[in-house]
Amino acid sequence: MSAPTVLRRPSPARLSGPTGRRLPSWGTAALILAALAAYPLVFADSAAHNIGILALTFGIAATGWNLLGGYAGQVSFGHALYFGTGAYTTAALVRQGWSPWLAIALSLPLAALLAAAVGWPCFRLRHHYYSIATIAVAEIVFILVTNLPGLGQANGWELPVVEQSLANLQFSLLDKRPYYYVALGFFCLAALAVWLFLRGRAGNYVRAIRDDQEAAAAVGIDVHRYKLAAAALSGAVTALAGGYYVMYVLFVDPPSGLGLDLSVSFTLMAVLGGVGRFWGPLLGAWVLVFVQDVTRQEFSGSGRSVDLLLYGALIVLVSITEPGGLLAIGQRLWAPVARRLGGGRGGKAAPEPAGSAEVKP
Amino acid sequence: MTGALLRIDNLSCRFGGLWANRDVSFEVEPGAIVGLIGPNGAGKSTLFSMVAGAQRPTSGRLEFDGRDVTGWAPHRAARAGVGRTFQLMRVFGSMTVRENLTTAAFGRHSRLRDARRRADEVAELAGLGPVLDSPAASLTAAWKKRLEMGRALATEPKLLLLDEVLSGLTPTEAREAVEIVRTINRGGVTILMVEHVMEVIMPLCHRVVVLHYGQKISEGTPEQVAHDPTVVEAYLGKAL
Repeated sequence: MSAPTVLRRPSPARLSGPTGRRLPSWGTAALILAALAAYPLVFADSAAHNIGILALTFGIAATGWNLLGGYAGQVSFGHALYFGTGAYTTAALVRQGWSPWLAIALSLPLAALLAAAVGWPCFRLRHHYYSIATIAVAEIVFILVTNLPGLGQANGWELPVVEQSLANLQFSLLDKRPYYYVALGFFCLAALAVWLFLRGRAGNYVRAIRDDQEAAAAVGIDVHRYKLAAAALSGAVTALAGGYYVMYVLFVDPPSGLGLDLSVSFTLMAVLGGVGRFWGPLLGAWVLVFVQDVTRQEFSGSGRSVDLLLYGALIVLVSITEPGGLLAIGQRLWAPVARRLGGGRGGKAAPEPAGSAEVKP
Repeated sequence: MTGALLRIDNLSCRFGGLWANRDVSFEVEPGAIVGLIGPNGAGKSTLFSMVAGAQRPTSGRLEFDGRDVTGWAPHRAARAGVGRTFQLMRVFGSMTVRENLTTAAFGRHSRLRDARRRADEVAELAGLGPVLDSPAASLTAAWKKRLEMGRALATEPKLLLLDEVLSGLTPTEAREAVEIVRTINRGGVTILMVEHVMEVIMPLCHRVVVLHYGQKISEGTPEQVAHDPTVVEAYLGKAL
């Protein structure tokens, strides 16, 4: 067969390489890890540590959300359900005297099963119908937990304060660095799990499902099954965040463990940082936790609504300028700098390969 | 014929009061290129969807490769060896061309390296080399059609359903696409193709089935069909 000379070759601008959503290389991951490990040493005060701990914890949840909502394209507004599964399971078992490590570990398969069970009927729905169904399921559980006896109802559960040790996952509140490094460890675990899922066949499959479900089925992909698999891992990762969160604050009640605003915040974090980008949710979580902390200090009691106003403004800004989120904006700003620094060599410092900013969303 | 790869037996599909297909029966023998033609709204695409598992037949039977596949889900049909393209191109837009092909190849190769190798083979065969690393969303229609063919081929089908892969192309592009179809067929893949353009389908197909108002009105070699008065009437209307 002759070479297809007649078919128009796409212009070089269109040939600007892969879609910029490549999974991170070991180099990038190592760089980010090093920065995260150095953070509590650079910012030595307890408030900064607190921000870091919450950012990593919510970063785990948002990374879990991003697997299903970003990579697989199934936008869930009910992920508080899995966060709550982690928080409540861990709280319940620790109150019974279990090791928190074991309790968290047990909550993960539970959340995975629950996510698959919720997904089974909900994945029959598409797009926003699916999203609405996830809200409904999570809200039902919220109302049940608030009202049924046995799960602390509206008062919530407190966890016993015990001897400080790594085994008990309780540390001094004066020096929060142990909390930070455990959070970092859990984040690495979550990131690794998501990365392992995405790098092979499953990753290709869920992205194909996001792009075009019919075409995915036509190449032999069992769409339902892979949505369930993504949901299960997504749920487990989010539960990990919930389990660790409850060990950090030693308290859980329906609003803090199962609330709709929690679900929305996972989504916001991912969208703000860069939906469908590996490090996007962590970046988004960091920014939102920081904003929340600042507004709470500045506006004290009414801080909660001011931070929401700021979130809103940020989201509007991101969606107008760059739907790829802060990561994409960063790449766009970084690209000319990298070029000036010499032949794209400097691009290594960017969290993802440069050049993706030229790709249309 | 006992050795048919695909046996369509009294297949019907009804949408409310409309019969998109009614009692359609024909067979596709292994190694053939069979054309499915008919005026707009004749039920070609519905028939395709049923064979690919995307549309459930109202009644009738589908047999593929000796198995009853009636009402199978599309991914099962694909696994069994039915590859298809979409008339309105449905590529995986956020992926590169290579990733599109690799994703399809994963059906038969669970390891990334093997799937990639298969993708590269298909890219070579379908002439997708120049755009291998381009995002599929940025391709022109002609490239997208070619990618559709390549992606279906990457699933290593026994039967390839081509839905208007030649229409909308410039004459030169169409000629190249015809060559690709021939090459695929020579590689042992049976082809059932829907096409509007008679001039293209006639020299390419070994056999042609004509649908009109959801029913089969003629079947035979391209010459036989072209001279069949029923077919002429369906396309041009009755003589005055």
